[in-house]
Amino acid sequence: MRNRSWVGRLNPTVAAVKPSGIRRFFDLASEMKGVISLGVGEPDFVTPWHIREAAIYALEKGYTMYTANSGLPALRQELAGYLAESFGVAYNPGTEILVTVGVSEAFDLAMRAVVAPGDEVLIPEPSYVSYEPCTLLAGGIPVMIKTAKEQGFRLSAEQVEKAVTPRTKALILCYPNNPTGAVMPRRELEAVAEVAAARDLIVIADEIYAQLTYEGQHTCFASLPGMRDRTILLQGFSKAFAMTGWRVGYAAGHGDFIGAMTKIHQYTMLCASISAQMAALEALKNGRDEMRRMVGQYNYRRRLVINALKEIGLPCFNPGGAFYVFPDISGTGLSSEEFTERLLMEEKVAVVPGNAFGDSGEGHIRISYAASVENLTEAFKRMGRFVRRYRLEQAANMV
Amino acid sequence: MEDKLQILELLAGDARLTPERIAVMLDRPEAEVRDAVAELEANHTILGYRTMVNWEKVGKERILALIEVRVTPQREVGFQAIAERIGRYPEVKSLYLMSGAFDLAVFIEGKTIQEVAFFVATKLAPLDGVTHTTTHFVLQTFKEDGVILTDGRDDHRLVMSP
Repeated sequence: MRNRSWVGRLNPTVAAVKPSGIRRFFDLASEMKGVISLGVGEPDFVTPWHIREAAIYALEKGYTMYTANSGLPALRQELAGYLAESFGVAYNPGTEILVTVGVSEAFDLAMRAVVAPGDEVLIPEPSYVSYEPCTLLAGGIPVMIKTAKEQGFRLSAEQVEKAVTPRTKALILCYPNNPTGAVMPRRELEAVAEVAAARDLIVIADEIYAQLTYEGQHTCFASLPGMRDRTILLQGFSKAFAMTGWRVGYAAGHGDFIGAMTKIHQYTMLCASISAQMAALEALKNGRDEMRRMVGQYNYRRRLVINALKEIGLPCFNPGGAFYVFPDISGTGLSSEEFTERLLMEEKVAVVPGNAFGDSGEGHIRISYAASVENLTEAFKRMGRFVRRYRLEQAANMV
Repeated sequence: MEDKLQILELLAGDARLTPERIAVMLDRPEAEVRDAVAELEANHTILGYRTMVNWEKVGKERILALIEVRVTPQREVGFQAIAERIGRYPEVKSLYLMSGAFDLAVFIEGKTIQEVAFFVATKLAPLDGVTHTTTHFVLQTFKEDGVILTDGRDDHRLVMSP
């Protein structure tokens, strides 16, 4: 009896969710010494001191209790101002903004609030690893839309139109994109918006990387004409303010959406941590200069990385946002998992295989440049050596 | 001008950056960066390239002191002449004209307390125009030029995350 398996008694939906594609590499890399990791999806900066200090002060003052379900009123107020000023979209802080435990929670809430069993959800791929499982857990049917490197991994209105069926409920957008770093120009988003309106789609816009836009201006999907009320905008503090571990995100949208999400949130999460919310408030009030400084640093590194890839000879489109590049490694004759595993074992550089983000990521790797210039330089030296070796090997095999 | 400022900020953060690398980081032609750096060096905007060292790590004896100096400003030249005289001593690391209770803040570096005291007593205090000095010895350095000496460089992040 002791060895009885309970898998058969688990919720089949949960049992069917695939384990994360990076787990194996995580385990391998964790056991090795001297690894330079370019596989990290979070800033290498520590949260700016004034933000940490504000949280310490809040603890000293005894702020250790629950907050309102939807978040500290002062934080929601500040968020409303920030969204209006930075992204040109106005929300009522009382009914249209919900503070969550990271964008991850906000995304899950949005899916559960919107998706009914059997509803189809359109997900551009390569895609962040949570979208498909969260859709499944909400009872929805993920419909992947494959984007291609030839199009710079941008989504076209035609692709959306083609994927829509009478059962389509929602469209997920994530630009700037994780894992590709792709951004969408305004006119292309406008075309997508037309389809969303014509097909009555609810758009879940994960814009966690909005502030990390290096080429052109970020267009907030909700700010497009007619899109505010059908868009659930998700943003957070993790990337722009280097606050991943604090877990503070937020959702903004029509009161019907935010109300439904708040209902789930109040029964499952109650509220985000008060210390983290206090820190987030400080970040919004006084952290924007420091944020811009960090974004400037990412941009320097982005150019270094694109240049290094060019020198190594790995084709890569120019990523306009986030802190990822998504080069094509198929020229080495290796699959993305082989490339990742051998690069790790032979050169001690960790990256993420592109297929962890869906089939259309095969032939690519995700490189994060949220790393010091020193580490990036050394990592690319090793990667260059690695790629040359496999090219030679491949050439020898052809003879 | 904007480019020059950016070049200077990059070099101030890491003097080892090559023009080639700066050119990539700023997305400018390399020749343009080289010319700009040459010009900034020639007109003494760039005064030098140095390494920041935590001398305690190698056990080098070093005493730092802040000397508050009160002086009598001179007709026509004000504080300029006396500041220049003081500043020329190699023992003086930094020198500032201050508002408040004293006039010049003089940072001295020496091997021993005696050496610093000797300098103040025999060189600084007797200068014409110096009316008063107060010497403060540094007991411990926590942060220098924006760098916290005790901060480790550990990366606490997971080795891989989505």
